This record gives sequence, structure tokens and C-alpha cells, in this order.
Amino acid sequence: MRRKLFYALAAPLAAVGVAVVISSIVLLFAGANPLDAYQNMWEFGTRLETLIATLNRATPLYLSGVAVAIGFRMNLFNIGVEGQYILAAIVAAKVGAEINLPPVLHVTVIIATAMAVGAFWAGIAGYLKVTRNVHEVISTIMLNAIAVSGVVSYLLGVWDVPDESLDTALPAIPESGWMPPLNNIVELFTQEIKRVELWGFLLVAVAVGVLYHFLINRTRIGFDLRASGENPTAAQVSGTDPKRMIMAAMLLGGAVAGLVGLPELLGDSHAYNLRFTRNLGFNGIAVALLGRNNPIGIAIGAFVIGWLDRASGVLEVRGDAPREIVAIMTGVIILAAVVAYAVVERKRRAEEASAAAAATASAKEEQEAWRAEQKQVGDGEGGGS
Amino acid sequence: MASAVLLEGITKRFPGVIANDGVNLDVAEGEIHAICGENGAGKSTLMKILYGMQPADEGRMVVNGEEVVFSSPKEAIDIGIGMVHQHFMLADNLTVLENIILGSEPTMRGGRIDFDEAREHIIEVGKDYGLTVDPDDLVETLEVGERQRVEIIKVLFRGAKILILDEPTAVLVPQEVEELFRNMRELKAEGHTIIFIDHKLDEVLEIADTITVIRAGKTIDTVKPENVTARDLAELMVGSELPTPETRESTVTDHIVIEAIDACADDDTGSRKMRGVTMKVHKGEILGIAGVEGNGQAEFVEALMGMRPLTSGSISLEGVRMKGWGTRRRREAGIGYIPEDRTRRGLLAGFPLWENDMLGHQSMEPFVKNGFWIQPDAAREHTKQVVEQFDVRTPSVDVAAHALSGGNQQKLIVGKEMAADLKVLIAAHPTRGIDVGAQAAVWEELRHARAAGLAVILISADLEELIGLSDRLVVMLRGELVAELDPSEVTPRDLGSYMTGAAVRGGGS
Repeated sequence: MRRKLFYALAAPLAAVGVAVVISSIVLLFAGANPLDAYQNMWEFGTRLETLIATLNRATPLYLSGVAVAIGFRMNLFNIGVEGQYILAAIVAAKVGAEINLPPVLHVTVIIATAMAVGAFWAGIAGYLKVTRNVHEVISTIMLNAIAVSGVVSYLLGVWDVPDESLDTALPAIPESGWMPPLNNIVELFTQEIKRVELWGFLLVAVAVGVLYHFLINRTRIGFDLRASGENPTAAQVSGTDPKRMIMAAMLLGGAVAGLVGLPELLGDSHAYNLRFTRNLGFNGIAVALLGRNNPIGIAIGAFVIGWLDRASGVLEVRGDAPREIVAIMTGVIILAAVVAYAVVERKRRAEEASAAAAATASAKEEQEAWRAEQKQVGDGEGGGS
Repeated sequence: MASAVLLEGITKRFPGVIANDGVNLDVAEGEIHAICGENGAGKSTLMKILYGMQPADEGRMVVNGEEVVFSSPKEAIDIGIGMVHQHFMLADNLTVLENIILGSEPTMRGGRIDFDEAREHIIEVGKDYGLTVDPDDLVETLEVGERQRVEIIKVLFRGAKILILDEPTAVLVPQEVEELFRNMRELKAEGHTIIFIDHKLDEVLEIADTITVIRAGKTIDTVKPENVTARDLAELMVGSELPTPETRESTVTDHIVIEAIDACADDDTGSRKMRGVTMKVHKGEILGIAGVEGNGQAEFVEALMGMRPLTSGSISLEGVRMKGWGTRRRREAGIGYIPEDRTRRGLLAGFPLWENDMLGHQSMEPFVKNGFWIQPDAAREHTKQVVEQFDVRTPSVDVAAHALSGGNQQKLIVGKEMAADLKVLIAAHPTRGIDVGAQAAVWEELRHARAAGLAVILISADLEELIGLSDRLVVMLRGELVAELDPSEVTPRDLGSYMTGAAVRGGGS
């Protein structure tokens, strides 16, 4: 049990260690004192407000990571989370603004709309793969471009309400469709939070994580999905329909991807506008890799990347280094993590193999001994007769 | 006679196991030297060391009187050692000629390949040793025996005087084996030294000049074929008596469990692979299907499992047509399947044993409740029983399947299929690539299955196994069942004739 924990933690810790070393070198080259920079980041990053902002950033990253991980679990590389969530967010924003329902129901309808749109957009890639054998990497990249520059621009053009701020924006969702912040709950344990709100969608993300865990590890469809990812032929022999599994994985992943834009939409902006956060889909791939598709791992990955993103602002303010240094750090962490995982995995496998071999070897000795005994008995009888 | 190869005290350790434990081997120049031993005895490791693929931990190697240390196969090739692997290493979409020269192309000035010279050379080699192949044929069009000849020529082309053949007969039918043996004798007559690995004892006795037996990584004995019998060799190999695949009294009933009528199916490219297969299997019966690989057996199995649609005809289970039934429904209806290629079709290598046990039963109790919720504890308990009952050697049911040896993986697969509530068991090459001990265990389980009233369909390339276990034998050739034979009367040789189409007899007698 302790070994298992060691193997789970060794790789990420090694990755962060390597990342710190390499980032320090980069900081030195940039003419900054790494220790000062880290100290500033730590001081700023451990403030309650920064941590709240980190959680707000980690929430959509987590959802995005889970969306990607569902595909990863069966060897599908869903790069299309980006297009799926942006399209889902804009349609959900429009639907949310158009309707007027009681509070809880209103939010539910918005969430359902976003999930349906995300699933639909990912489903196109699934359908193309199942019927025409189009690789999902190609189709999702294309669908990203179509969604982001094609469909979204078109919809904004059609639905746009010009306002005085020169910002293209959709009408806002009425208050019944907002998600209340969680500041009151956090403040039960901490001092008063100033200037930021903890988005309520965090709770939905937690629920998604729990559901993801149960779906993947505790249900038949999850097992079918994982089996198809590990060995598609064997899964098929076991009675799993590979085409249905591809569709299921794409639809599920797309539905979760549809949620990625909602924390911001329901908790902060309440309307789709041009300042809406982009690139959460691509960062989700990194988060899923960092978290090894594990629900808790993804959460840690989302928090780390979210924290680096939020805490890095201080570097620029204090004049330590351009905040782009954090992009380098994030990249190094991910690369180092992938390498470290591979190394640890090989070691774990070798250990397991030698344990199994030892079990076989001791059994063989037993067998030899038994054979020798039988032989003696046989010889004895032979001598006696 | 001088020694071509002399190995002394070769030791090779892997984590947790000693593959070679002070092995000695003395191969005289110009002889055919057989190395016998169970799977896992360390034969292949020894040959890999001799061919420079792996370094030995201890011991010394002397080739042609000079002590050598190899760090790669290239160095072994340079001093005239060549190896023909059990699994051919040919590029299907290249011609014979291109495959042979690949990696040692004769070049003209300017780096262009001299195909003419190469072709001449190959034809010459072919003539000298009776190894006939057309250099311009595409490899993908060749039969197994021809592919093997290409591999041998490839090795000779690189100037090998010492040839290592790793289980060369495993993939051949008896007629092709004779052809191979003729080639080997010619090579010997030309002064080549051949080391060949085999565990078919009658073959070894027929062709070898000297036999070295290896067991559990140690050299047990070196003998001359004229001084030993197959029985003696077997005992040397396993350290006790060799099990045989014989079934005892018949348990066949007249209750038909599974029946195919005029079933036809195509392969993935649309070419017809099953042409009107009609057969039935009764409760308590083992039906053996013999045939050279690629004659429609694989498609038949897939059709039975619902992985390949029939183009016409029908297959019924207990009188019910299974048209449109998916694989899962067939499994739930009681059809079990031991696949021919365990790593590709039977296992989730990175998953723990208990999840592998669940594979194929993931809609059934006790693995899931209400067909949906996985029950890890109940599943682990089930796997523990399978592991115990079928003697799978493993530290626990939570280790990943790839950690187990081939024989133990196979025992797990056989065990998990048999532990389910079955009516039909399809066993495709159930003992391929596992050692004698595991083989005997699998045979025993198939006999149990038969006694328990299962209808068993056995497909195997091991003719002794087919003849020994089956109640009835059919031969599949070019997608048709061309003969029905009584296993108590037929010899492996006869069976080989039917398999290659040399002999013909109507089915349904």
C-alpha cells in the first residue's frame, strides 16, 4: 500500500523538481533572481484572494481535463474540447438569455443545453470515425476551426446586440440563471474575502469528478471503455461493440466539454462576449496528461496549472520577469511529468514481473521436489516387487 | 571433429529468474545439433546470447576456435552465424529478392543496388541447397514453408556457416517438415553447421546428429539419437513422464448443441473464406478442426462468436438461429472462447488479473450487479478461485496480466472461460506457446469440459493434440470441410495429406 502511494507521488514530485531547476536557469538567463521571483510568487500566491482566483481558474481546467481524459481512457485523442466548449457556451448563453424560468430550473436548462451542444459537436467527430474511419485528431482539429472561427462568428453576427462599449456581446442571462458565489461558505473558515467571488460552479465540477470516477471504475460501460482503450481486439472478443464505445466516449467527453465555459458564464460574465476565456480546451489536454486521467490527479493538475497562471501576474508587476516565464514552467512541468511517469511505470512493471516470476519459480521448485518424491516412491515400489 | 561453437558456463539472469544457469554446449563443425527443452527452459535465451542479441552475465563463447564476445547480432553475422527466427521477419510488400538483400545490399559504383548480381547469387544458393524460390515473387503471396526458405536464404546470403533455427517446424505441416529436413541435410553436406531448437521429439530423433537437453536453465545431458528413444528424451526434458493428450471413454450424447448449416462468410477484404460449412457438435463431444492456417478457421471462429456476419447459411445454438446476435449476447447464451492469440485477443495486459477475469463476463454475475455496477470484491473472490483451481502462479489477483508468464496467462484465460456457465467452448490453439506442464493442465481442463457436457470445438495446429483429444475430426481446406475422420484411426501424416489437399475424402461419413 505504501509502495503504491510512493509510485503515485514519485513522478509528479520529480516533475515539479525538474521544472523548478529548469525555470531557475531560464530566470537567471532573463536576468532575474530566481529566489526572489519564487518568493514573490509564493507570497502573492498564498493570499486568500489568489487562491480563490486559482480555484476559479482550476474549475474549468478540471472539467476540460476530465473531458479529455474520457477520450484518453479509450485511446481517443479528443483535441476538440476547445471548439466544443466555446460553441456550447455561446449557445447556452443565448438560450439562457432568451428564457425566463425559476432559479434552479433556469440554471439546469442552461447546463443541459451546454452539455447537449458539446456532445453534438464531439459526436460529429465520433460519427466520422465510426462510419468513415476519419482519425479523431484530424476531425476535432477541423471542428475546432469550424466552431471557433466559423459558427461562433456567424452566430455572434446574427445574434449580436450592439452596445455602447464597442464589445460584441450577447444579451445577458437574467439573474435567475446565475450561479451564486460560494464566498459565504469559504468565509466560515477564513477571513473576509475581498474583491473576488468563488464561482459556484466549483460544486458541479466536484460532482463531475465523482461521477467520472464511478463511471470509469465502477460501471460496466466504464470497464468496456477502458478495455477498448487498452486492447480493442480483446474488448471486441469480450463482446464490446467498438463503434458504440467510440460514440459513447466522444459523446460523454463532449458533454463534459460543454460545461467548461459555464463557470465563467454563470458565475461572472453572465453573457458571452469577446473577453470570454479561450484555450481552456487545449490546457485541458495538459491537465489530463498531468493528472494521468485520474479524477484526483486531474484536480491536482488543474490546481497547479491554475495557480501558476494566477500567481504569475506578480512577476511582471514586481519586475522580476515577464509572466511568459510561467508558460515555460508549465511546459517543462508537463514534459517532465510525462517522462517521469514513463520511468516510474517501467520500474513498477519490472518489480511486478519479478514478483510474478518469483511466485512461479518457487512453485517450480515445489513441483521438482514433488516429482523427485514421486520418483522415490516409484523406485521404492519397483525395488520391493 | 573441431567444435564450431563451444559454450561454457553460460549464465543469464533476469529479475527474479535465472534463464540460463551455467549452460554448456559443444557443437561440432558440420553437424546438425538439436537443443531440446520445455518452453521456458532457456533455449531461446541461450540462442539469443549466441546470436549477440543479449549479453551473457557469465561464461565464455568460442566460435571456430576463437573466443568471442558479441555486443550486437551484427558481430555474430560478421563471423558467420545466422539465425532464422520462429516468427519470420519479412516485409510482406517487398519481393523475395528485396527481402533477402535488405540490409546487406550489393552495390555498384555510385551506391546503386546491383539487383542482377543479387538475383544470380540467390538462384545459385537455391540450386546448391535445393532451396527453390522465385526471387521476384511478392512475399505476401508465399506459403509458410516458402517464407521459411526465404529466411534461410537470407541468412546464407549474408555468408553464414553456422545456422540457428528457432523452432523451424512449429509452423509447418508434416510434408513441409520433410522438405525442410531435406534442405537441412543438403546444407550439412555442404559443410554448414546447424543448431536447431525443437521440442517435437520424433523430429529431433530423425534429423539431429547430436541432441542437448536443457531443463530449467541447466544442461541436463548431451546424447546421440541412436542411443535414446523419444520416451527417454521426454523424461530428460521434463524430469518425469511426458503427459499425452488422450481422452478416455466417450461422453458423446446425441443432443446437438451447436450446428452450422451451409454457412458462408467473407474476410475483411471481401474475399470468400467460408464456403458452405456444415457441422454439428453434440453435448459432451470435442470436435477437432484441422487445417493449415488461413483456410477459413479464423473466420469460422469469428462467425461463431458473432464478430463476423454470415453472408448466407446459419449457425444455431440449441436449435435457435443466432442471426443478428452480437458477441455479448452469444457469450451470455453460454458460448466461451479461448482465443488463438492471447496477447492480442484475450488479455488486457496492463489490467489486474481480476479485471481480466471479468473480460467477456462484464455483463454477468458475480462481476456486476444489475448488469451495470462492477463488484470488485466479488470479482476478486471469483478470480482467486480461478487462480487456485487452475493453478495460475501469481503473487496476487491484483498484479497486471503482463507480469505473468505465457503459460500462466493461458491458464488464466482457460480458467476464466471454463469457470463460466457454458454450453459451448471454442478453443483455438489452446496450448500454443506454453510449456509441457501447462499444456497438460489445459488438456485436462478440456477433458473436464467434455465430461461436464460441453460441446467443444477445438482448433489446433498441433496434430497430436487434435488426434488425442477429439471425438471427431474435420479438415478445413480453402473454406470447406473436406473430410471427416475418426481420430482413433488417423495418423498425423494422413491428416497432413488432407490438410494440404493431397488426399480427398468426402465428409459426413
